[in-house]
Amino acid sequence: MRDTITSLRYRYWPDHLLGEILSKRWTETAIPVILLLIVGFAFSRSIDNFLSPASLADTARQAGEIGFIALGLALVVIVGGIDLSVGSIFALTDFCALYLLDVLGWPVPAVVVATLLCGAMLGAVNGILVGYLRLRAFITTLITLIIYRSAYDLLIQRYSNAIASAFPDIPSWDFIGAGSVFGIPTVALAYIVIAIFGHIFMTRLRPGWHITAIGGSRRSAYNSGIPVRRTIALCYVASGVLTSVGALFFASRLGTVGGDIGVGLEVIVLTATVLGGITLGGGKGSVAKSAVGVLIVLLITNGLTTMNARGGVNRMALAGILLVAAMVDIRWQKNRTRIISKVYVAPTYHELPPPPPTEIGQGGPFEQNDKLRVVEAIGLGRIEAPEDVILDRHDNLYAGSRHGDIMRFLAPDYQKMEVFAHIGGQPLGMAFDREDNLYVCIGGMGLYRIKPEGTVEKATDETNRSMRSVNDDSRLRLADDLDITDDGLIFFSEATVRYEMDEWPIDGLEARGNGRIISYDTKTGTTRTELRGLKFPNGICVASDGQSILFAETFGCSIKRYWFAGAKKGAVEIVMDNLPGYPDNINLASDGNYWLALVGMRSPSLDLAWKMPGFRRRMAKRVPVDEWLFPNINTGCVVKFNEQGKIVESFWDLHGENHPMITSMREHRGYLYLGGILNNRIGRYKLDNADPNFVQYDKRWGKQS
Amino acid sequence: MKRFRFNQQEIVFAVFALLFLVFSIFLSGFLTADNMLTLLQNVAVLGILGLAMAIVVIGRGIDISLIAALAVPPGLVLQMVQNGHSLPFSLLVAVLLTIAFGLVNGWLIAYAEVPSLFATLATGLLLAGLGQAVLFQLDVVQWSPGMNGFERLGQGTILGIPTSIWMFAIACIVVAFLLRQTRWGAYIYAIGDNPYAARVTGIPSRPIIVLQYVITALIGCFAGLVLAASVNSMPTRIFNSTLIYDVILVVVLGGIGLSGGRGGVLNVIIGTLLIGTMLNGMTIMDISYAGQNLIKGVVLLLAVITDSFLNPRNEETAQQGDI
Repeated sequence: MRDTITSLRYRYWPDHLLGEILSKRWTETAIPVILLLIVGFAFSRSIDNFLSPASLADTARQAGEIGFIALGLALVVIVGGIDLSVGSIFALTDFCALYLLDVLGWPVPAVVVATLLCGAMLGAVNGILVGYLRLRAFITTLITLIIYRSAYDLLIQRYSNAIASAFPDIPSWDFIGAGSVFGIPTVALAYIVIAIFGHIFMTRLRPGWHITAIGGSRRSAYNSGIPVRRTIALCYVASGVLTSVGALFFASRLGTVGGDIGVGLEVIVLTATVLGGITLGGGKGSVAKSAVGVLIVLLITNGLTTMNARGGVNRMALAGILLVAAMVDIRWQKNRTRIISKVYVAPTYHELPPPPPTEIGQGGPFEQNDKLRVVEAIGLGRIEAPEDVILDRHDNLYAGSRHGDIMRFLAPDYQKMEVFAHIGGQPLGMAFDREDNLYVCIGGMGLYRIKPEGTVEKATDETNRSMRSVNDDSRLRLADDLDITDDGLIFFSEATVRYEMDEWPIDGLEARGNGRIISYDTKTGTTRTELRGLKFPNGICVASDGQSILFAETFGCSIKRYWFAGAKKGAVEIVMDNLPGYPDNINLASDGNYWLALVGMRSPSLDLAWKMPGFRRRMAKRVPVDEWLFPNINTGCVVKFNEQGKIVESFWDLHGENHPMITSMREHRGYLYLGGILNNRIGRYKLDNADPNFVQYDKRWGKQS
Repeated sequence: MKRFRFNQQEIVFAVFALLFLVFSIFLSGFLTADNMLTLLQNVAVLGILGLAMAIVVIGRGIDISLIAALAVPPGLVLQMVQNGHSLPFSLLVAVLLTIAFGLVNGWLIAYAEVPSLFATLATGLLLAGLGQAVLFQLDVVQWSPGMNGFERLGQGTILGIPTSIWMFAIACIVVAFLLRQTRWGAYIYAIGDNPYAARVTGIPSRPIIVLQYVITALIGCFAGLVLAASVNSMPTRIFNSTLIYDVILVVVLGGIGLSGGRGGVLNVIIGTLLIGTMLNGMTIMDISYAGQNLIKGVVLLLAVITDSFLNPRNEETAQQGDI
């Protein structure tokens, strides 16, 4: 009963999604957006007319003005600095615009240009100090904040009356401040245009990438030749210019130079920036985050003002939000990978009946023996990790190696070893096609084709992305084994879509059906996913009927058959289940039966743990990785089974000296060649009663009777 | 032959002497007993704050919230006494508030790892906002009869020297003892010099950092009490002023490098004398408040630039994103 509930809970509740969602980059933008929706909803319920068009237009104007400043600050923060002087630059450029317009009577275009220049110059002071003189950004801009502010105070003492008494009536100036296009205020429109450009700039253009790179690691950016100092200085200039744009709209909207203009603005903008998720210290951030942050902060401050909160409350709210946001952001950035790696492993319920006996004296098809003790070793100590082995009709032996090469041992004595082809990833399953091309599954890379003369070509490295998967499953992460049908269709297994090559045992800990079988059509070059949700699909072999493939599910401990043609097309049926070990590669035998490697034997402890997902999750969270309970892969065997799924014979290395761990075997001219992914040798075992002329792929392609 | 080299505190002291001399000669009303007394009185609070700031700066931090700690807890004392509570009880509450505030600062910086400038900028706003919104009825908290006797902390003279100067002296001795004679002081220098090395050698750096901010807040509160006693009220809007820049100026000009691990009480005294003389001179010259700020800002900028040349940032121990 309890097991049933557990199994239902783990079948239907998608545990694995949390880790996958967290490891997506868009979660960092999604959180502020959700916050924005919550804040907007809360205020619209508690305040009347909060979302009325007039109120919205007013908010949009403010948001546009502050938005420009926030864009500038975002740029500076992304490059790894901070600009606290924006409030004072805002005040000074506001003064500059109004002074030029009201007192000196300049035409509007000249005022706009001069104000932007003024902003650029004020920003350039920061830029030179922080970028070129390499002062601390925080303290420096704090000082320029006070200097600019005092300059502003001195200036308005002299000119505020002149500005206050002037009432310029210039349509173009009023349009900047109060106009709207199709109901959208000018400032919001201008902001949208600049924001879209900013997004393209940051994500698609070289200077934007330079900015992100410098924020990410200043020294690496310098070493890779990016002009670090100039870029930083220009970011401050841009911040000054963008602030002056905001000030221009403000000046044309209100036309005042009060003493408190821009006071505390830096805290508002900084709160918006941090709240939007732009990381203090640089390297991470986007225009969208900045915009979302501004909207949240404006909604909160406007909401509090509407509710008649005292001045101190507003201040406290901003400071509190700022602190919490900064804290969350800093902790998240520091612990992100750790948190994800803790929640990423999502074990599920997996029940297996007690395994058939293997001990000597208990009988049964898996009874242990010592047949493999006499195996001779090829390339002992010279080859590493030959997951699969294959032989051509000239008896040369091919095997993958951990170093990303396909090695070739030359017949007849297999003493001479050479690099047949260099690929760069770990070669796993191999098969010859009709034209003697060698198809290889490369872990982490995909399906590759090696021509007889040794040139490497990519066959495929992606398949159709499934809509329901959060992880991008279009890339092939762990292509494992393959076989080729008579029609030139290559079926290959991908063991897991959730883990990389080096993490494959964790998939066994999860015991979820994360793997799939994919087909690649050599005629059309198309790739498509045939079967999903398999528990670590591994060995694949086209069955003798030519209409189905046999495949092994390693952690399902079963062999299944999938019809790709004929009357039962699309059906999957079980050939063997409840194997005593974890099945790996399957290959044809000369007598029409199939060879199967068991890479490791099941253990009662893991079988029990597979029924306890909560236990395994706690283990993954609390215990270091090398203490985890992984599937045992230190001893295994080779078995031969027939079309009906009955075991005919088994081969063991009882003493564990020669070939305890076998991932693959290939019959060739009366011998069985053994590969193992943890071995430093290839085994060669003399078979009794075997066809001395059997060459697997020559027989497959009818080149041999 | 020994090369003759000025170090920073000698230069600053020379500048102070020169400035003092020039002001004495050219400014009428500078070198009078009255003005000297005012100068020292004004300088006392600044000096005490400088000592508070010095502790965190030596530990490679900074405390922008110092003015909030100066304004809010002493303001609370005045407010509570006004509301009829007894003076010792009010003082106790204020001290507890200050300690809590220091703990929050320290926790944010040491455990949550928020950069100190950033954390204290926000907590300062938070505390000031709390005072403005919840604690005080008016911006200036007035003296009330219940406080009688307490004004002696900031007014009057002992042995002919203003009490506030004595307070500064006491603070100097306490801080000097703390920094030079205790293990904690040595730890603060070690953390400021190289936080990673300090941590590796087994210094409990996080608790020590928290301790720094608690002590700083307490000294700030003490300075606030002295200030309140000397002017018989607590103008809480002082938080909006540029006092914090004066304090940073004192520390940086005195020769306590912002990169930490260097300097001591002597540097604070020298820095205080220079800034005090400068501010006093500017007031006598009748420079406007904004003009004074402008000059202070420029001097501070020059000081920070000089500091960055004298104590270049250590690329090995400076953290990525250390803003």
